[in-house]
Amino acid sequence: MGLKMVNRLRIFASSAIVVLVGVTVAHAESNSFMSPMGPIAAEQKAHFLKIIAITMIAIIPVFVLLPFILLKYRRSKKSVDYRPNWGFSLPLEITMWSIPIAIILVLSFAVWKATHALDPYAAIKSDNPTINVQVVGLDWKWLFLYPDLGIGSVGELAFPVDHPVSMTLTTDTVMQSFMISALAGQIYAMAGMTTKLNVIASEPGQMQGENTQYNGAGFTGQKFVANAMEPADFENWVQAVKSNGIALDADSYAVLSKQSTRAEAHAELATADMPKDMIYFTLSDTKLFDGIVHKYHGGMDGQTEISQEVSQ
Amino acid sequence: MNQTHSDLLGRLNLDSLPITALIKNPGTNEIVANVAGLVMLVGVLVVLFILTKFRLWRPLWSDWLTSTDHKKIGIMYVVFGIMMLARGVIEGVVMRAQQAMGAGSGFLEPDHFAQLFSTHGTIMVFFVAVPFVLGYINFVMPLQIGARDVAFPVMNQISLGLTVAAGMILMVSLVVGEFSTGGWTAYPPYTGARFNPGVGPDYWIWAIVVSGVGTTLSGINFAVTIYKMRAPGMLLSRMPLFCWTVICSSILIIFAMPPLSVAALLLGADRYMDFHFFTNDLGGNMMNYANLFWLFGHPEVYLLVLPVYGMYSEIVSTYSAKRLYGYLSLVIATMSIAVLSFTVWLHHFFTMGQSALINAVFGIATMLIAIPTGVKVYDWMATMYRGRIRFNVPMIYLVGFLILFVIGGLTGVILASPTVDFQVHNTLFLVAHFHNVLIPGVLFGLLAGYNYWFPKAFGFRLNERLGKLTAYLWIVGFMITFLPLYVVGLMGMPRRSYSYTDTEFVPWLVLAFIGALMILSALLVFLEQLRVSIRDRDQNRVPFGDPWDARTLEWSISAPPPEYNFAIIPTVTKRDAFAEAKITGQAYGSDDAYEDIKLPKNTPVGIMLCVLSGVWMFALVWWIWWLVALVTALIFLLVIGWSFFVDNERVIPAAQVRQEHQAWLAKLKATPPVDRDKEFSPENLGYAKTELAGDA
Repeated sequence: MGLKMVNRLRIFASSAIVVLVGVTVAHAESNSFMSPMGPIAAEQKAHFLKIIAITMIAIIPVFVLLPFILLKYRRSKKSVDYRPNWGFSLPLEITMWSIPIAIILVLSFAVWKATHALDPYAAIKSDNPTINVQVVGLDWKWLFLYPDLGIGSVGELAFPVDHPVSMTLTTDTVMQSFMISALAGQIYAMAGMTTKLNVIASEPGQMQGENTQYNGAGFTGQKFVANAMEPADFENWVQAVKSNGIALDADSYAVLSKQSTRAEAHAELATADMPKDMIYFTLSDTKLFDGIVHKYHGGMDGQTEISQEVSQ
Repeated sequence: MNQTHSDLLGRLNLDSLPITALIKNPGTNEIVANVAGLVMLVGVLVVLFILTKFRLWRPLWSDWLTSTDHKKIGIMYVVFGIMMLARGVIEGVVMRAQQAMGAGSGFLEPDHFAQLFSTHGTIMVFFVAVPFVLGYINFVMPLQIGARDVAFPVMNQISLGLTVAAGMILMVSLVVGEFSTGGWTAYPPYTGARFNPGVGPDYWIWAIVVSGVGTTLSGINFAVTIYKMRAPGMLLSRMPLFCWTVICSSILIIFAMPPLSVAALLLGADRYMDFHFFTNDLGGNMMNYANLFWLFGHPEVYLLVLPVYGMYSEIVSTYSAKRLYGYLSLVIATMSIAVLSFTVWLHHFFTMGQSALINAVFGIATMLIAIPTGVKVYDWMATMYRGRIRFNVPMIYLVGFLILFVIGGLTGVILASPTVDFQVHNTLFLVAHFHNVLIPGVLFGLLAGYNYWFPKAFGFRLNERLGKLTAYLWIVGFMITFLPLYVVGLMGMPRRSYSYTDTEFVPWLVLAFIGALMILSALLVFLEQLRVSIRDRDQNRVPFGDPWDARTLEWSISAPPPEYNFAIIPTVTKRDAFAEAKITGQAYGSDDAYEDIKLPKNTPVGIMLCVLSGVWMFALVWWIWWLVALVTALIFLLVIGWSFFVDNERVIPAAQVRQEHQAWLAKLKATPPVDRDKEFSPENLGYAKTELAGDA
C-alpha cells in the first residue's frame, strides 16, 4: 500500500463527496465550504477530503473483512478451522495497534500544520490593504462597523475581492457564532470580549453568512449577505452607504440592539434609499465598538449602567 | 418578573398550563403542545387504572418499589429508560417533520421547536442512555462477578429514585409551564435570568442536579462492588470484559458528574440569587461554563459507550462460540479511552477563540482516542474469525454497529481537526456525527443486550422474528435518518433550525423524516415484540438459565435468578468461568456447602426520596419557598432518621437454599440438554449441550 494507493483512495473519496454534495451546491453564490470562494475555505475542504482518504486505510478493511468473516464462519458452514480457544496472536496484535497508530501519527502532523496555517487569528498576507471590520452580534442581526471608512451596515458585509478582511467580533447579547462558510469557518462572539476572524475572497460573488448558535426565536433569520466585490464596486458601495446611511448614534443603536428580526429593525430604521432588508449607517463615533465591549467591564450591571450615567 | 407571584403557589398560576395558551391563541403549535400533555396524562391514568383493576398496587409496592434487589432495581431502570425513549423518539420525529415540511414552512413556533430539541437531548442523554446503561450494569455486573448484591443496596435504590424523580419533573414540564429552550447543554448567558426569566432553564437545572447526584452514587456503588465483592478467585484479570468496562465507566462517573452538578448549581445561583458566574456583566464569564460542562460532557459519552462496548464483547464471544479475542488489548484499550476522555473536552469549542497551539493539542488528543477504538473493532472481528457465528438478534445489532460505527468514527476524526471543525461545528454534520456514535454505539448495544439478557431476567426468550425486524428497522431507519444530515450539514445548515430558506435542503430533510418514521416503527415493533413474547412465554421458558450456550457466571444460575443469585458462591479459577465449567463437565455441580444467606430487607426510603425530591424540584422551579423549606427538612429527617434503623437484614436459612437449589438441579438433570440447532425451539429450556471445545 503505497502513495499511489492513497492517491487513488483520495480521488475515490473526493469524487464520492463531490457527487454527494458538490453538485447540489454548485452555483455562483455559495453557502458552503464545499464550493469555496476563498483560499481558506478551499484549504479546509482539501483538508477535509485528505482526512477521509487517510482514515479509509483503517476503515476499508472493516468493510471488506467483516462480510467475508460473517459469510465464511457462519455456523451453518460448519467450517473445519473452528478455533474456539484462540484469543491471542502477537503478530496480529502488533498489526492491530500499529495501523491506527500510524494513521493517527500521519493525521496529527496534518492537523498540526493545518491548524496553525489556517488559524483564524492569523493576519492574511497580501499586497492589498486590509479592510478592518468590527462585528457586533445582536438579537437577531449582525451589525458591521467599518471604523476606518466611517460606515456601518446591517444585513450586508461588503468587501473588495482579494483584500484581506480582518474582523473583530463581540456581541451585545448572548453568545453567537459567526460564520461565512464559503470563506472560512466560524468563531464565537461573546459579550464583553472580542474574538478575531480573518478572511479573504478570491472571486467576486455573494455568500451567505449566518449565526450558527441558537439564540432565540429569530435565530434562523440571523443571516446576511457577504458580498465580495471588485474594488471599484466596493468604492461605490461605500459611497452609497455614506450618502444613504443614517447616523448610528445612541438612539438608533438602542432601536437596533433590542430583540427584533432584521426586517423589524429595517421597518423602524431604514429609509427608502436603502435596499430591502439592509440598513446603512454613517459612523461618527469610531469608539462605538469599544463602548459596546467595555459596557460589561465597569464592575456594574450592564443593564443599569445607562440609567446611572443619566443620573450622573 | 412575574406579576402574579403569590406566597402559596409561588409563580405558578393558570397561565402556566398549556390549555390556557390554547384557549387564548388556538393554533397548530398549541394543539401539538396540548396533545403531548394530554397523551402523557392519559398514559398516567391508564397505568393507574391497570394497577387498580388488576390489584397490582401491593405487589408493585412490596416486590418492586421497596425492593433493594439489584436485579429488580436494574429492571426498573430499564423500564424507565424505555418510557423516556418513547418520548425522545416521538420528539425526534416531530422535529424531523417540522424540517421536512419545506423551506419557510412548518407547524411549530420557534420556542416550541427549541423546547423540543432541548428536551430531546436532555432526555436521550440523561434519562434514556444513562438509566439504560445503569440498569444493565445493575442487573448483570453483580451476577458476573459472583456477588449477591451491590455494595450498597439501599443507596442503589436511592440512585434509582433520584433519577426517576428528575425524569418525572421533565415530564411535568410538559403540562406545567415550559421547558428550557437552551438545548441540552444550556449555555449561558442565554439560559441566564436576564435572557430567559421563565421556568424553563430551572426545570433543566434541577433535573440535571438531582439525576446527577443519583448517577454519582451509582458510580460509587458499582466501583466499590467490583473492588470488594468479587467471588473467590475472581481476580480482576479473570473478570468478564463487561465488568472491566463497568470499572472504567464508574471511574468516569465519579470524576465527570461533579463538574456538571457544579456548573448547573452555579447557573442556578446566577438565576436564583443574582450571582454572576456566567452573566455577561459583573465579571461573569460563560466560557467557564463551557469548560465545566464539557469537562463532564466528553467523559459522559464514554461512560455510556464503554459498558456497551463491554456488552458487545460478551455478545460477540457468545454467538461466535469462541473465546473473546484480545482480552488484554481490550482491557488496555478501555482504560486508555477512559483516561483520554478527560483530555479532550476542549474540542467541543474549538471555535471559542483560543490559540492554534491549544486547538492543535486538543485536536490531536481527540484523534488519539481513535487508536484504542480502532483496536476494539479489530478485536471483535478477530473474535468472529474462525468461530461459528449464529445470527441471533444481538449479532444483527453488532454487525450494524460495526459498519455504522466506523463511519461515526471517521466523522469523529474529521471533527477532531480544528480546521474542519470551524466549518462543520454547530451544523447538522455535528448532529449526524453524535447520533451516529450514540445510536449504533450505545442504543444498538442496549437493544442487543435487551435480547441477550431478557431471558435471564424474566425466564423466557423474546420473539426472535420480531426482534430481527426491530433490528433491521433500527439499522435502516438510522441510516436513512442520519446519513442525509451529514449532507445538509456540509451544505451549511445550522443545527437547531426550526426553519430555513435553502430549498436544496428539502429532499434530504424529507428523506431524514422518512427514516425517522422507520425508527418510530422500530419502536412500535419493539413494543410488539415484548407483547407477543409475554403472550407466548410458556413456549419460550428457559428455567435452567443458559439459553445461548454462554460463557460467564450469570448464565450458570436459574432464570429468573433466585433473589440471592448464587445458592453457593462460585469459586473461580479461570476467565469465562462458566464456559470452562461446561467444557470440563463441572457445571451444575452440587457440593453441599450451603450457608445462611443475609440479604437486605425491603425499605421504602428510595421511593420516599423519589417523591420528596420530585416535590422539592417542583417547588424550586416555581419559587414555592415554604414547600422548599418543608421538603428539605423532611429529606434530612428521612435520611438521618432511617440511619437509626439497624435491623435491616433478613436471613434466608441454608435449608431453604439447599432445598430450592437441589430441586432446580434435579429438574435440570432430568432434562436433556439441547444443542444450538434447537436454540429457538420450545425444547431449549436453557440447559445447553455445549459446543464449546476444551483447551486445545
